[in-house]
Amino acid sequence: MNKAVSKTDSPIHRFTHSPFFIALWLALLFLPFKGLKAAGILFIVLFAAVSMLNMFKKYVGTMKGVFSDFKQYLLGRSRIKLPESKTRSIALTLLMSVVVMALPFYGHDYLIDIAVLSGIYIILAQGLNIVVGFTGLLNLGFVAFYAIGAYSYALLNTKLGMGFWASLPLSVMLVTLSGFILAIPALRLRGDYLAIVTLGFGEIVRLVLNNWDSFTKGPNGIGGIEPPNIFGMQISKLGHFYYFIIIFVLLAVFIIRRVSASRIGRAWIAIREDEIASSSIGINTTAYKLYSFAFGAFWAGLAGVLFAAKMQFVSPESFTFMESVLVLCMVILGGLGSIPGVVLGAIILVMLPEMLREVQLYRMLALGSGLVMLMIFRPQGLMGGKGVSFRG
Amino acid sequence: MFTQQLINGLTLGGVYALIALGYTMVYGILELINFAHGEIYMLGAYLGIIFLGFFTAIGLTSYSLPLALILTFILSVIFCSSYGFTIEKIAYKPLRNAPRLSPLISAIGVSIFLQNYVMLTQGATDKIFPHLFEKAGIELMGTRVTYTQIFIIAASAILMLSLNLFITKTRMGKAMRAVAQDKVMASLVGININTVISATFIIGSGLAAVAGLMVAAYYGLVNYSIGYIAGIKAFTAAVLGGIGSVPGAMFGGILLGLIESFSAAYISSEYKDAYAFIILIIILFIKPSGLFGKTQEEKV
Repeated sequence: MNKAVSKTDSPIHRFTHSPFFIALWLALLFLPFKGLKAAGILFIVLFAAVSMLNMFKKYVGTMKGVFSDFKQYLLGRSRIKLPESKTRSIALTLLMSVVVMALPFYGHDYLIDIAVLSGIYIILAQGLNIVVGFTGLLNLGFVAFYAIGAYSYALLNTKLGMGFWASLPLSVMLVTLSGFILAIPALRLRGDYLAIVTLGFGEIVRLVLNNWDSFTKGPNGIGGIEPPNIFGMQISKLGHFYYFIIIFVLLAVFIIRRVSASRIGRAWIAIREDEIASSSIGINTTAYKLYSFAFGAFWAGLAGVLFAAKMQFVSPESFTFMESVLVLCMVILGGLGSIPGVVLGAIILVMLPEMLREVQLYRMLALGSGLVMLMIFRPQGLMGGKGVSFRG
Repeated sequence: MFTQQLINGLTLGGVYALIALGYTMVYGILELINFAHGEIYMLGAYLGIIFLGFFTAIGLTSYSLPLALILTFILSVIFCSSYGFTIEKIAYKPLRNAPRLSPLISAIGVSIFLQNYVMLTQGATDKIFPHLFEKAGIELMGTRVTYTQIFIIAASAILMLSLNLFITKTRMGKAMRAVAQDKVMASLVGININTVISATFIIGSGLAAVAGLMVAAYYGLVNYSIGYIAGIKAFTAAVLGGIGSVPGAMFGGILLGLIESFSAAYISSEYKDAYAFIILIIILFIKPSGLFGKTQEEKV
């Protein structure tokens, strides 16, 4: 275990980091799974890719300089001034809201359907963002709250015949309560222990839904759930449901924004940044973590109710661990603690698999490697703040 | 009935413990939940089937079965260790100084990647492990114990003991313990951190490969999704024993195996997978750092 001083210059190091060796190594690992021919193709592809990447790395420095010079030159030449940033952002917001609001008039049914789903996921991801993004508590079983919300509406509706507006507060209250109940044992734990307990909670909820046949109809799921009513009119048309969801999304974003800017939100961020420091300045960390868990669960429950009302069907299959991971990915892709970022992250991760339907087989492969690359090249997510840190 | 469940539980527990060791070793050194570790176990099971199929095709199995089995074993372990090594280099090493959540997400990404990689190359249907061992066994206190079960229990016990010796007695083991305690200090006294981390991944993945091979031989069926649930169970076992503690992982694995087989037999088998988590939550509620874990003082 002696550390060579000029390690990067030694011939062995240079050989093991050459494109030839990297490609050969990965192709060898691949060999038993698909045979010699496929491994050979992979070797050639990887060899080319790694060589190109190396060249790209070498020239990226010079290219950066060239580009910035070019930009300076253009800006100096042009007399057109870029609009003031405030006007521009207002114009952009207006344009976007017109595009969003008018979607049912020009969009295909398929597109509206995806947009509705995006809306539900935005609410869900915002809920997780409160827990993971603001408070820094890793929750790997968040989908459990979503499941409880969806199932409580489904059961209240089909067993007791309660309508949407009567079940909504009941279901959401139930979910918030379950958030509290989970939080009480969970908040004694730190970091990774918390992650595994929440993961376990998610699995327990799914297994109960799956096995309690007499109550939840097990893996068959519950069908025939009523869509919501407004003034005696049933919202069953997709376009109407779209506006219905938008109202909830706006509500969620507005309230979460206000709360995160309040004393509570600041306490959450303080806890995320340094728990000991925040408790020493008088923040009751346990209480605020409890609020964070319950408030996050609240939105997950709302998303669950909306999901059940939209699909008119729920089954345990929609609430697997992969779903929790997907929601976590939305939050991370968008940027921890960034509300617009998480909206974007949710939209991208709902849209992307739909757009990649052509290459369906490879899309999960792409998602996996995409996550790794995102973490390596842009760990703060698309719109994450620079100051965001995560300590367990 | 009782002895039968005891044997089943020990078999299952041995497998969980072998996987849990990989989790706990990586956690002890990098403080990372290596979510991809369950997939290494799955790769081990698949590689066993692939190599054994290959040796059958070239006629080695009919020439000498033990030789074919030993070669399969060695090759699978080597390949899995290489996978573990490569994954660390590609997906975790660049993130060593990143916030805690980054490598975790990266590990989830690797896990998704590997699952689909195996599904695409090997197909989504169950693979059958060649039926080489008859259901032969011995009578023990009125219950039948198959040779596969005896082999699994013995092999996991031997591997765990040798790992313990490795960690407590050898130079590399000492280096590992030093790195687990304090990375910066360890590097100051001349330990090459990268070598130690690579060694950890290689050993952990090798153990997972053995677990995968044994499970494939035990159940006879392998699917690309087995890594996920086994990984979660093994991680639970590691946490149960106190993550970062090697004897804890061994104990946690065996305890989990016993809990599962007894509760499935005496309470209800429908909730077999849930017991592990219920026990976990109860134990962590009573002792938040696991059974063998040290309570970590927060540094200010």
